[in-house]
Amino acid sequence: MERDWEKDQAGGASAPAPTAPSVYVAPAPHLSKTALTTRRMMIDVLVGLAPAIAMSILVFRWYAVVQVGLSVLSCLAFEAALTRMRGWRPTLGDGSAAVTGVILGLSLPWSAPWYVAVIGSIVAIGLGKVVFGGLGYNIFNPAMVGRAFVMLSFARALGASAYVRAGTALEVVTQATPLTVAKKFASDLAAGKAIGEDLQVQLDSARELWPLFVGQVNGSLGETSALALVVGGLYLCIRRSASWEIPAGVVVSSFVLAGLANWGGLTPLTALHHLVGGSLLFGAFFIATDPVTSPLTPRGKFFFGLGVGALVVVLRLFSGYPEGVMFAVLLMNAVTPLINRWTIPRPVGGETAKAA
Amino acid sequence: MTTLAAGKGTFAGGVHPPERKELAPGTLIEVLPTPSEVRVPLLQHLGAPCEATVKARAKVALGDMVGKPTGFVSAPVHASVSGTVGRLSVATLPNGRHVGAVPITSSEQQPLSGVALMDDIFGGEWPVGDVERYEPKAIADAAQEAGLVGLGGAAFPTHVKLRPSEERPIDTLLINGCECEPYLTSDDGLMLRFPAPVIAGALLAKHAVGADRVIVCVERNKPGAAGALARAAEGTGIRVRLLKTKYPQGGEKQLTVAVLGREVPTGGLPLDIGAVVLNVGTAASLARAVLRGKPLTHRIVTVSGAGIRHPKNLLVPIGTAYRNLVEYCGGLTPDAARAVAGGPMMGFALGSLDVPVTKGTSGLTVLTRDEVRRAEETTCVRCGRCVDACPLRLVPTKIALASRAGDLDLAQRYHMTACMECGCCAYVCPASVPLVQLIRLGKAELQKAKKS
Repeated sequence: MERDWEKDQAGGASAPAPTAPSVYVAPAPHLSKTALTTRRMMIDVLVGLAPAIAMSILVFRWYAVVQVGLSVLSCLAFEAALTRMRGWRPTLGDGSAAVTGVILGLSLPWSAPWYVAVIGSIVAIGLGKVVFGGLGYNIFNPAMVGRAFVMLSFARALGASAYVRAGTALEVVTQATPLTVAKKFASDLAAGKAIGEDLQVQLDSARELWPLFVGQVNGSLGETSALALVVGGLYLCIRRSASWEIPAGVVVSSFVLAGLANWGGLTPLTALHHLVGGSLLFGAFFIATDPVTSPLTPRGKFFFGLGVGALVVVLRLFSGYPEGVMFAVLLMNAVTPLINRWTIPRPVGGETAKAA
Repeated sequence: MTTLAAGKGTFAGGVHPPERKELAPGTLIEVLPTPSEVRVPLLQHLGAPCEATVKARAKVALGDMVGKPTGFVSAPVHASVSGTVGRLSVATLPNGRHVGAVPITSSEQQPLSGVALMDDIFGGEWPVGDVERYEPKAIADAAQEAGLVGLGGAAFPTHVKLRPSEERPIDTLLINGCECEPYLTSDDGLMLRFPAPVIAGALLAKHAVGADRVIVCVERNKPGAAGALARAAEGTGIRVRLLKTKYPQGGEKQLTVAVLGREVPTGGLPLDIGAVVLNVGTAASLARAVLRGKPLTHRIVTVSGAGIRHPKNLLVPIGTAYRNLVEYCGGLTPDAARAVAGGPMMGFALGSLDVPVTKGTSGLTVLTRDEVRRAEETTCVRCGRCVDACPLRLVPTKIALASRAGDLDLAQRYHMTACMECGCCAYVCPASVPLVQLIRLGKAELQKAKKS
């Protein structure tokens, strides 16, 4: 049987009146890579984060489960509520709220009270994303906006002391975080104070690279295991759901600067310690790579990474905080539009002639 | 001649859509029985339209000129069947343009049909002999008289390319047999089955433009075609070069980079960098025009896609309606949803099958509902995949979104007019943003703004 094309275009032979042939005529290209969607990219991020989640549960036990679970649930709930308030179609399906929740949860200390995760989530989703118009329009990494808010609001609950507690079942949290130890050591040294024996012991322990690499140290939930982060991060880069240029830039600049600082006596930790310690790799692979808030072109992405890495080291050395990933990412987010502007690639064949 | 070309055999960017070339293998070429009527459009090329030279009720024979060119960048059109001319009508081309067309009702007796027709066009011997016998200008003139245009799709009048200029000497002639569009195998079929006219045409074109060397470029997915060409080219000094299979390898700008390591300037032509690019079909037609004095009246068209019952390549008279092609190939399948003139990446969707085949028609691809289904557009998350895919190193999302917002200055800062609309960006976009459509819109708006 031959089909009558035009009749069919008009909505089928039985259709009473012709309708627009919208299904049939459309502009090229007529094929699309359907397996590739925003949702799929977000799922990739969650898969990439899985090793870090597993390690955090291994190290911090139930604290990790509760903290991450609470953040994810709050983010999903606030996403649903806030988008509904603005009259948008449901956006939970795109997976971005879940990613924000996991990253926020993993960036908190194990001991943070429940309201920290909840308030962090509403700020992340609300102020970090929805007020800008939703996914794709936000300027700053939502999870980091939320974390910055709770960090400034609940300084005690997220300060260095929040990480350490004696007398719990978790042995790992009896130790100060490696970066806190390094900070104390450097500041004592700079102030001309004698280094206490206690601090020296802590520093020696913080300098052990293997536990630092595997993750058997104190820190925010998801940041401790460099191994898990690298495995998940490489997966992301291979899937190209994160651009390798960003972590590459972060690693290069932080390694060089931390090496120089160590050589100049500004920090007792070597460049390698700075690399695998703290949340540098977490930030490099999972936070700075947020596509929405990072530059578009490969060159721009690399510059962005360099900036993040450099700022992390500067903040670690000279700010009041032992760690600087969060502020480094937020600061670089702010200059992303500028980087985009400065890194417009030269097209193949050269620039188009300026319109006279 | 022995100097190795500097290109790396590929270019940066590009995509790998499913090739689907197995649906209509190149070896399968059939001759379409002469249709009862053809409509020869008076504009089948880039440039000025033709003027009809025949009146209604006139008798024309296969190969008679029915439309004469009206400018330098123009090419005549010829009767593709013998028969009687009808009243001048208007045909809508796949790109939506309305042009005059000369309808010809075929007579009972056709001088050539079936295998004899295919033999006449591509078969037999193609002795070029001493190419010096030919005046370079005479080759270009023959191309013009035969109505030759680029058969790869852009349909740029060939004689314009074949006239060398003193200021811009040509060193390399590239014969383009990449055929990077999915589904299409018409060039593959020509190279496999009839490599001799391609090589003959290449030698003539080389002489016409005064090039030092000829490189025939074929993607790696067509080893048979490359082998056939290499055998046919033995002793001629023509080299066959295999290139990476990647869309859009056959784009002129990608080809010169891949083979010569030279970039065609934005807004320029390969001519500007000492190269001339001819499609394999164009080369074969040039041989026919020069050696046999025959105009361009037929071409091989791939009729393929999951929406076609029996996909195959057809040798068809120019001006045949797409409907005739579909009918000959067993009709459409029930789930056919979109008929595309050309390949799926750059082809135009047809609103009607009563559109005539033109010189630039390389295929008809019929896609099914499932294939053309597209996810709903979501917001751009600036993932940069379009940037990675763009073979021209543009930032498609910026151009498209600036164009949507009506900010043409911003779009131009990102080099909107350099875009060749190959579709790689829209193919990979995870948010299904209609990037190419938006960029086209921006270009049209820019044209409008310039005019006013």
